[in-house]
This record gives sequence, C-alpha cells and structure tokens, in this order.
Amino acid sequence: MPVSWNKDVDAALSQAKERGKVVLLDFSAAPM
Amino acid sequence: MYPDERVSSFINDNFIPVKIHIKENPTGFQRFGAQWTPTIIVADSGGTERYRFEGYLPVEEFLPQLEFGLGKVAFAGSAWGEAERRFRKVAESYPEADIAPEALYWAGVSKYKATNDASALKQTADAMQSRYADTAWAKKASVWAA
Repeated sequence: MPVSWNKDVDAALSQAKERGKVVLLDFSAAPM
Repeated sequence: MYPDERVSSFINDNFIPVKIHIKENPTGFQRFGAQWTPTIIVADSGGTERYRFEGYLPVEEFLPQLEFGLGKVAFAGSAWGEAERRFRKVAESYPEADIAPEALYWAGVSKYKATNDASALKQTADAMQSRYADTAWAKKASVWAA
C-alpha cells in the first residue's frame, strides 16, 4: 500500500492532534 | 525508498505523513527552516519538531531513523518506557545502522529517567564500549562507566 501523503500541513497537524499521532514531514524536490 | 512495503507500512501505521514540495509549497520550507532536500522532520502532535535528518538514506538506514524519531517524540513527552522501547528496537533490530549507537545511548538514558537507577547508565556505558567503542556516543557514555 502506498504512503497516504497529505499536502496540507495544518490539516495534518489537526489530524495528528485529534488522533494523538506523530507527524512526518518530507520536504522534497522530487517529481510528485 | 517509499515504494518499499516495509517503509510505506511503517509510515502509514505510525505517522500522519505530509509531503511538502519545494515548487508547490516554498513557504512550507521556510516555516520549518528546511534548506535542503530531502529533509525529514518528525514532529509531535502539537507540531513541535523532535527530530530531523537530511539527505537520502537507503531503507536499512531510513527505517531506524523513523523509529528513532518516534523515540525522540516519546522522550520529549516523558514517556520513558515507550522511548526506551523505541530506542532499544533501533539498536537491536538495526545494530549496523549509523543511528544505532545513538539509539543505545538514549535507551540507557530513558531507562535511567524511568527508574532513577544509575546502574542503567553504567550498563549502557559497558554495552557502548563492547558494541560501538569507536563512536562519539561511546565516548559520551564513557563518563558513566566509572
């Protein structure tokens, strides 16, 4: 299963807070 | 590395993952002070950065870095048991990884924090000396050996 990437940092942070999860931020220059 | 099933499963199971592309979201780079790609940041649920590494890594180095990041999040939250478990898993499951000596060091610190028993530090110093003697982390732990 591929990684379920988010693109919106603030939405991901809200999700993390709600679910008590850790956030992984990948800063990339690779083609999306 | 992301197409690797071990990596994608680990990320989906343990993180809310966010990809920030330099062309699509340059302000995201500024917000977190990312100056190179790839940069990986592990942040707690409040958005506070707890661990970062830069540059490409093969899967055998990347996975323990992620586990280590989870350990740092637990450590910052004073969840000493979970922190020790995460750090020890890095050292035991990936003993050849570059991050393993640092993980073993922090496993010992986490155990000490949980128990206030200085023997945890002595045991860590001994283990560092026997497994990772030539590393900076063994030098840092050497003060506990006396």
